Amino acid sequence: MNSAESSPRPGPRVGLFVTCLVDLFRPSVGFAAVKLLEDAGCTVEVPEAQTCCGQPAFNSGDRATTEALVRGLIDAFEGYDYVVAPSGSCAGMLRTHVPDLFEDDPATAARGREFAGRCHELVSFLVDVLGVRAVPAQLERHATYHDSCAGLRELKIKRQPRLLLEGVAGLAVTEMQEPEVCCGFGGTFCVKYPQVSTKMVNNKAADIEGTGADLLLAGDLGCLMNMAGRLARRGSAVEVRHVAEVLAGELDAPPIGRPADA
Amino acid sequence: MSDNERRRAAILGRLRDVYRRSPEDEAVAIATVEQRVFHPAPNLIPARGQLDLAGRIELFTTMARNVQAEVDRVSRLADVPAAASAFLRRHNLPQKLVVAPDPVLQGAGFASQPLLRVRFGDADEHDQAGLTLAFAGVAETGTLMLCSAAERPTLLAFLPENSLVVLPTARVFGAYEQAWRELRRELGSPPRSVNFITGPSRTGDIAQRLELGAHGPRRLAVLLVDDFQAG
Amino acid sequence: MQPTSLAFQSKASSALADPNLQAALGGIKTGWQRGRILAAERLPEFEQLRDQARDIKNHALANLDFYLEAFEARVLDAGGQVHWARDAAEARRIVQEICEGAGARTVTKSKSMIAEEIGLNDHLEAAGITPVETDLGEYIIQLRKEPPSHLVGPAVHLTKDQVADLFEQTHGLPRTDDPTELVGQARTVLRQKYLAADVGITGANFLIAETGSAITVTNEGNAELTQGLPKVHVVIASLEKVIPSMEDAFTLLRVLARSATGQEFSAYTTVMTGPKRKGDLDGPEQFHVVLLDNGRTGMIGSKFQDMLRCIRCGACMNNCPVYLAAGGHAYGWVYVGPMGSVLTPQFVGIESAHTLPNASTFCGRCEEVCPVRIPLPNLMRHWREEQFKRQLVPSTVRQGLGTWGFLARRPALYRLATRVAMGVLGRLGRKRGRFASLPLAKGWTVSRDLPAPEGKTFMQQWRQRQRSRS
Repeated sequence: MNSAESSPRPGPRVGLFVTCLVDLFRPSVGFAAVKLLEDAGCTVEVPEAQTCCGQPAFNSGDRATTEALVRGLIDAFEGYDYVVAPSGSCAGMLRTHVPDLFEDDPATAARGREFAGRCHELVSFLVDVLGVRAVPAQLERHATYHDSCAGLRELKIKRQPRLLLEGVAGLAVTEMQEPEVCCGFGGTFCVKYPQVSTKMVNNKAADIEGTGADLLLAGDLGCLMNMAGRLARRGSAVEVRHVAEVLAGELDAPPIGRPADA
Repeated sequence: MSDNERRRAAILGRLRDVYRRSPEDEAVAIATVEQRVFHPAPNLIPARGQLDLAGRIELFTTMARNVQAEVDRVSRLADVPAAASAFLRRHNLPQKLVVAPDPVLQGAGFASQPLLRVRFGDADEHDQAGLTLAFAGVAETGTLMLCSAAERPTLLAFLPENSLVVLPTARVFGAYEQAWRELRRELGSPPRSVNFITGPSRTGDIAQRLELGAHGPRRLAVLLVDDFQAG
Repeated sequence: MQPTSLAFQSKASSALADPNLQAALGGIKTGWQRGRILAAERLPEFEQLRDQARDIKNHALANLDFYLEAFEARVLDAGGQVHWARDAAEARRIVQEICEGAGARTVTKSKSMIAEEIGLNDHLEAAGITPVETDLGEYIIQLRKEPPSHLVGPAVHLTKDQVADLFEQTHGLPRTDDPTELVGQARTVLRQKYLAADVGITGANFLIAETGSAITVTNEGNAELTQGLPKVHVVIASLEKVIPSMEDAFTLLRVLARSATGQEFSAYTTVMTGPKRKGDLDGPEQFHVVLLDNGRTGMIGSKFQDMLRCIRCGACMNNCPVYLAAGGHAYGWVYVGPMGSVLTPQFVGIESAHTLPNASTFCGRCEEVCPVRIPLPNLMRHWREEQFKRQLVPSTVRQGLGTWGFLARRPALYRLATRVAMGVLGRLGRKRGRFASLPLAKGWTVSRDLPAPEGKTFMQQWRQRQRSRS
C-alpha cells in the first residue's frame, strides 16, 4: 500500500471491552470510556461477541471455563490495535493472567500472549499509550480516589488517574490515609466471607469519610459498588462514581446506588 | 545401612528424581555449588556499609544508640576499667564484674579501680554484670560480632542483666560481609558460636509494647577503644 | 494439631466481635506494618536486596540435594550430627531419642515453627519429657494451650490483662498488669528452667552449607540461653532452610527483620557451628541437626515450589486486610495469614483447609511486601484450582459459576438473559437506586446496599446508538 498519501494517519482502532459489570449495571461508564477514547483520536468499536473476561471462573479455580471464555475474547478482539477496558481488574486478568493460560495448547497460548499485549486499562491507556496529559473536564467537587488492587498491583496504575484528575477544573482531591488498602470486594470473596468483607469495607468507608470529600472515585465498578453499598448503608452523603465519568464529563447518570432525580 | 542413612537416601533420591539432571547439567550444578560454597562472594552491600573509618564509627554509634545501647568511647585500653566502673555507678549497680579471661582484658589494668571487684571467667546466674571483648563491630546496623573461644565464653554476654562489650575502633567494619572476611582470614572457619548483638534484649510479646531485658541483658554498653595496645 | 481451618468463617466472626483482639490487630498496623515501610525507606537498596534474596533461595531450591550434602559434611566436620526425617513422626521420634539418650527430664525450646508443625511438645510430654517454651510469646501460648496466632508474635492476640491473669494463675505471685513486671516475672521463672534443662531445642532461620552452621534470629536472647546452657543442643529445621554461604545469609538477614518488624536488625543473630570446642567454658557437648522433609521435596518442581522461599518474616500477614480482620486463630492451624493459606493445605490436605486459599480478595498486598517475592495470590489460586478439580467447591457456588459460564460462552443468549434480568432489576431499583435486600444476595446485602442497575445494558444502548447513527 502506498503510504505517501497526505491524509492524516487515523488513530488506533480500539476494541472496547465493556466488562460485564459496566454492561449490566453502569452503561454510562462504557459511554464515558468511548468518549474519552474518541476524544483522544481513537476509532472505537464494541465487538458483539464479548461477555466476560473469565476472572470469576479463574479465581474460583475453574480453568476450563476460564479458558473457554478467554478463547472467545481472543476471537472477538482479533485484529484490533488495542483492547481497552474501564476496569483494572478485568484488564489485569487479560494482561497479566491470560499469558499463563492454555498450558496444554501452545497455539492458543501464543495467541493469548499476543492478545494480552494489546490489552489495557482505560486511564493508563490514555496516559501511558496515547500520551494524554489533560482532559477538558470540569467539576466543582471535593473528591478522593481509591486505588483498586488489581489496577494498582498488577498494572501499576497509581499516578495516571491522579494526573488526569489534577487537570479537571474545579476538582479538589484529598488522599485517604490508606488509599491502597483493599475495599473488601474481592469478587466472590465478599459473599463467601461477608463478615470479613464488611469489616474491610467499613474501614474503607471510614477512611473515605475522614477525607472530608463528597465524591469517591475509582477505576473499578466492583469496588465502587461495594463501597457505594456500604457508604449508603452507613447513611453517608458521599457520592460514588467511576473515574471515567468525571474525566469524560458524562455525569447524566445519578451517582452509583442513587436514584435518578425525580 | 543405618535408619538414618536410609532416610537420607530417600530424601536425596526424591530430590534427584525431581531435578532429573542430565550428566552435563549435573556437572554444571556441582561446579556452581562448589563455587558458592568454597568461594563465597558478597552480594549487594548497601552504600551505608561502605564508609571510611570515621564514618563507620559515627554510624555504628548512632545505630547502636538507636536500639538503646549505650556507647562510650575511650582512648586507651587502660581506660576500660574506669569506664566499666562508671557504668555500674551510673546504674546503681554493685561494683562487681565478671570479665572474659582474655589476655588482653586481663592486661587492661583493672587494679586501677580498687572498688571494682573483678572475676575473670564465665558468668553464672548470680552475676549482674559481664564484660567481654568483641571480635568486630558492624556499622550498618550498630551490631557487635562476638566470637566464642576458651578465653571468651558466650554466656558472659547473655546471662547477666548488664552486658559490657569492649570494641576496638579499628575493628568497626562497614558491613557484615567485611567482618566475616576478617573472621575467615583470622580463624579460617567459624568458632562454635558467633553472636551478632544489636542492642539489649527486647520483646514486644506483651501487648506489642517494647520491653528491654526479656531473657538477655536489660542493658548493653559498648566501650569503644581507640588505642587497643595493652599496657 | 488437628486443623480447624474449615471453621474459618465462624472463627473470623467471633474474632470480629472481640474488641481486645481487634485492638491488638490494629496495633500490628501501626507497629510492624508501618515499621516495615519506614525501614525500607531508610535503606535505598531494599528492593534490590529483595531481588537478590529471592534469587538466593531459588538457586538453593534448584540445588537442594548438593547443598544438603555439603551442609551435612560440614556439620560432621565440626563434630555435630545430622538426622534426616522424612515426615513429622520420624522427626518427633528422633528428637525423643536424643532427649532420652541425654536422660532429659525437661527441655527448653526456643521458638520453632517446625516444632509446631510436627506437634513436638505434645509428643515429648507424652514421652514424659517436659518441654518449656522460652520465647515469651510462645511461653504464654504454651501456658494457654493455644497455637500461635502470628508467625513472629505468637501471642499478639492477647492483651496485657489477659497475660496478667495467666501469670497470676501460673506463677502464684501477686497480680500485676505492668508489662515490665510481667516480663520480669517470666524472666525469673524461665531462668531457672534454662539452668535445669538437659536439652535445648531451637529452630533455625538458615542453615549454611559453607560452614555447617545453623542461624537463629531472636530479640529476647532466649535462643542463646536455650542452646548455650544445656549439655545437648538440637536444631530442628526443614530442609529448604539450607543456603550456600554466610554472604547469602546476611543478604537474607538484611531483608528479614526489616520486613518482619521494621527493625534494622534483630537484637540477636547467632551462628552456631558444632558442639563446644576444646577449652570452651560453655556451650553444648552435643550438637544435633534434624532435617525435616514433611512433604517439601514434593513441592520442589511443583506449582508450589515458590512457597519454599519463605523466610517466615510475617510481613504477608502484617499487611493482609483479611488477617488483620480475622486474626491468626481463624486459620485453624500452625501457619496463618497468606503464607498459612498456602502452606496449611499442603500439610493437612486441601479437603481440610480449602477455606484458607479462599480467604483472600487477591488484593496482592502480601506479594507486594514479601521479601522473597513469593506470588502468594497465584499460589492460593492454584489451591482453588485443586479444590475445584476435587469437587470441594460448594454445589451452590459451582452451579452459579456453571450457569454464568454457560451463558457467558454464548454471547447471544447472554445478551438476552442479561437484558431481561437487568430490565427487571432496573425497574425494581429505580426509585431508590439501590436494594437493601435481595433474594440470593444475602452475603452482600447483610451489610451493604446493592446499587441497582441503570436498566438497559450498555450493549443494548450501544446497538440502539449505532442503529440511529447509521
